[in-house]
Amino acid sequence: MCTDTIINRHLFQGKYGLLNMDEQKIIQVEQLKYEYPQSDGHLALNNLSVSINAGEWVAIIGHNGSGKSTFAKSLNGLLDLQSGSVMIDDLPLALDTVWSIRKKIGMVFQNPDNQFVGATVEDDVAFGLENQGVPRPEMIERVQEAVKRVGMLDYLKREPSRLSGGQKQRVALAGIIAQQPEILILDEATSMLDPKGREEVLATIHKLKQETNMTVLSITHDIDEAASADRIIILDNGQVYDQGTPADIFAYGQRLLDLGLDVPYPEKLKAALNKLQIEMPTDYLTTERMVDYLWTLHSKM
Amino acid sequence: MNKLILGRYIPGDSILHRMDPRAKLLASFYYIGIIFLARTWQAYALLLVFTLVLIGISKIKLDFFIKGVKPLLWLILFTVLLQIFFTRGGHVYWQWGFLSLTQYGLINGAYIFMRFVLIIFMSTLLTLTTPPLSLADAIESILKPLKVVHFPVYEVALMLSIALRFVPTLMDETTKIMDAQRARGVDFGEGNLFQQMKAIVPILIPLFVSSFNRADDLATAMEARGYQGGEGRSKYRILKWRTKDTVAFILMGLLTIALIFLR
Ligand SMILES: Nc1ncnc2c1ncn2[C@@H]1O[C@H](COP(=O)(O)OP(=O)(O)OP(=O)(O)O)[C@@H](O)[C@H]1O
Ligand SMILES: [Mg+2]
Repeated sequence: MCTDTIINRHLFQGKYGLLNMDEQKIIQVEQLKYEYPQSDGHLALNNLSVSINAGEWVAIIGHNGSGKSTFAKSLNGLLDLQSGSVMIDDLPLALDTVWSIRKKIGMVFQNPDNQFVGATVEDDVAFGLENQGVPRPEMIERVQEAVKRVGMLDYLKREPSRLSGGQKQRVALAGIIAQQPEILILDEATSMLDPKGREEVLATIHKLKQETNMTVLSITHDIDEAASADRIIILDNGQVYDQGTPADIFAYGQRLLDLGLDVPYPEKLKAALNKLQIEMPTDYLTTERMVDYLWTLHSKM
Repeated sequence: MNKLILGRYIPGDSILHRMDPRAKLLASFYYIGIIFLARTWQAYALLLVFTLVLIGISKIKLDFFIKGVKPLLWLILFTVLLQIFFTRGGHVYWQWGFLSLTQYGLINGAYIFMRFVLIIFMSTLLTLTTPPLSLADAIESILKPLKVVHFPVYEVALMLSIALRFVPTLMDETTKIMDAQRARGVDFGEGNLFQQMKAIVPILIPLFVSSFNRADDLATAMEARGYQGGEGRSKYRILKWRTKDTVAFILMGLLTIALIFLR
């Protein structure tokens, strides 16, 4: 329905940023191409270009195999790109800058177990600092501070086998906080957690974002998580399929489903109500706003 | 299985628990070395008393140490019997063909038995009072001089600590895979040896595959956190050599002198 308006708006705004030149672009990638070895010419990243502003919270969605993880890994040189350029905080990614860039980017991955390097919580949080050669007294301070931020101070000496998945992910976050990066990338960091663990981790991330104003890049299949972002980028076949505010994106309805993506519950409800000839607003409503909308405008008392 | 590898360390607060793991490791090895100096019953008596005093200090029940002997019981018995029946000399109590029971045979048998017990007690004491991770740290620190010949000391230590950290994870996984197989009707520990071995294969293969995936993930995570080998890294966990560690070595020295006198 409103595809044209969205595209128009994008043209008008010049694909984000042209209107507000003062905003600093912290991530800028151009024409990324990547093909995994032994993948018979299938491009995991196919001319992907995108830029992200400092302090922005961006959610990246897309169906399985659309290139989300590959994109994340290309940002800090975990992959050897075939072509294209990556610019992080005005530093072009190259052989001699890759270590400084990795300092600027903290990544949390999907599997809580497979990123826990240290033998205990404190050891794991210290791992990144050890890699940077931070002197021990400073390290101890930063570890304490970071572990406190994620509310795991009581677990300093615990081994990972005695932590829940959510706790392990919070430790992973602490490891990143200790490193004080500018960018936080979450690659489905909450997808293996139970609802409680997911909530804890998300709350920690939100708090962190508020306190440090980090740039957050969150890859997710959880559409409700994506709904709280400033901007959503849809990847498809290694390319940016579209991007926009959550309200814009979720208004696509059927098109999202065609892309193999889920639609938030209020959107589904809206579509169903539309079918019943009940007039609904076209922009995205969160669950609460939907409830408000329904009981204020449609309740017949 | 869990008990075998991990149930070893018994948390405590004794002076032995608090010693530097390097000191403990070196002193234990040294002690095992000087056990071979003992040639008289007085010397063995001294060593036994010394060991029992250490066990007393550790505040760990003697049961744990005796349990440590049990798995090696057959080996000990076999060696001791060999000594008893094949050593000649001194008074002959009994003889049958090439087998004989002599005074020296009995004495030697008793000594060998004592040696086994002392060595097992001491190494058990080391593992019961030292967490595996501290042992890994100690090994790293002791091997440090090998850096001169380009031995990757730091990498080996990291490998050791990661291996230790993943033991419980892989145990869990093994249990899960076995349960999944059981749910499909596989019986473990049934049938003849060949059948039992065959039942292991469907456990090992998924375990292998998942370990490789884990290793791959872990390597990515480590690189993302700026890991670039041992050079230029600082250390969070450090070992501290204190007076009590030096004292331990002085004690070992005194013990050596005593053993030499008691020869
Ligand atoms: N190690 C690999 N070797 C070969 N091909 C790979 C490898 N990893 C990913 N691919 C391929 O690259 C493409 C992009 O994969 P990627 O992991 O980036 O997807 P994704 O969007 O993160 O998917 P998911 O939602 O499942 O995590 C897919 O077609 C995938 O099959
Ligand atoms: Mg992925």
